Amino acid sequence: MVVYGVALLAFCTLCGVFLGDILGSLLGVQANVGGVGIAMLLLIVLSSMSSKKLHLGADTKSGINFWSAMYIPIVVAMAARQDVIAALSSGWVAIVAGVAAVAFSFALVPLFARMGSDPPPLETSEDRAE
Amino acid sequence: MISQTLLDVASKNSILVAFLFVGLVVWLSYWLSGKLTRGRLHGSAIAIALGLCLAYAGGAMTGGSHGIADIPWLSGVGILGGAMFRDFAIVATAYGADVEAIKKSGFIGATSVLLGVILSFTVGAVVAVLFGYTDAAQITTIGAGAATYIVGPVTGTALGVGSDIIALSIAAGLIKSILVMIATPIVAPMIGLNNPHSAMVYGGLMGTTSGVAAGLAAVDPKLVPYGAMTATFYTGVGCLLAPSVLYFIIQALVG
Repeated sequence: MVVYGVALLAFCTLCGVFLGDILGSLLGVQANVGGVGIAMLLLIVLSSMSSKKLHLGADTKSGINFWSAMYIPIVVAMAARQDVIAALSSGWVAIVAGVAAVAFSFALVPLFARMGSDPPPLETSEDRAE
Repeated sequence: MISQTLLDVASKNSILVAFLFVGLVVWLSYWLSGKLTRGRLHGSAIAIALGLCLAYAGGAMTGGSHGIADIPWLSGVGILGGAMFRDFAIVATAYGADVEAIKKSGFIGATSVLLGVILSFTVGAVVAVLFGYTDAAQITTIGAGAATYIVGPVTGTALGVGSDIIALSIAAGLIKSILVMIATPIVAPMIGLNNPHSAMVYGGLMGTTSGVAAGLAAVDPKLVPYGAMTATFYTGVGCLLAPSVLYFIIQALVG
């Protein structure tokens, strides 16, 4: 049933957002800490577990894959509801700070990505075997 | 009478209108991508840029703060593009993600979040100082805004700065988020953003979930779960560090 996939996805997302909020208030910050990340891990764990014991049917999978495919349209809708005017009209400090932060972060991506992949960081030799 | 009925139907079925609207924007974008750039600029990158232009137009027409979604008959776009559906769809992309790749890059991904927050904060704080701000709480808030547009106001509220500074910090975060959406597909080849490992590092360094989500979608949708996985921790870490440790450091530095 397609709805099983959608329900599983909703379950994982709700759990993740809930745990992220709990984690946020435990840490004393007014924000969700890693909610989506937790939900993603939960979905990965549940779906790989059930492929051995319960086996996710093709219909169930299509319930998840539909929302995965709706991702780009949703992102387009997200872009269309941003406060672009406020971002552009609030003065040079904001613009310079935002642009500089992005430029520096981009510059660090290749540096940091190389650091993690060439010399194995804290990993056993068998992890790196292939 | 017909136009009034049409408006009524559109308002009552706002999410359906949003599906149609977004579908048309995406179709137009892929058509433009094929015709004008022969597919060199990816359709989704054009669609996101077009979305931002429409957001500007919507804001200019209505004076509201939710872009095109402030036009009553397009209010469904606000729901479809809101945090609920965004998170739902991002989680869905994790289905089929490579668990081994995540395990392998987990440590460096976590480190990149920490470094990303500190880097963006520092850059924002330096810019604030260069523009003549001398108050530690104000500098910290603007620095926090350069992390994400949520870290800024959370920090500013905690430190009790004025609403003008909070607005500034939100704007800095918005600029960052928008720029990440637009620039990612352009710089991706230069920074080696083509595998799960670098996507996790990228998500951790950039941090803005909406920016990362849209940026990676335009590069390769397969990379989305890896970038989103780390980016989702960024705002939390920022809210944790900015009003505390980072504020104390700024306070010590500016006296």
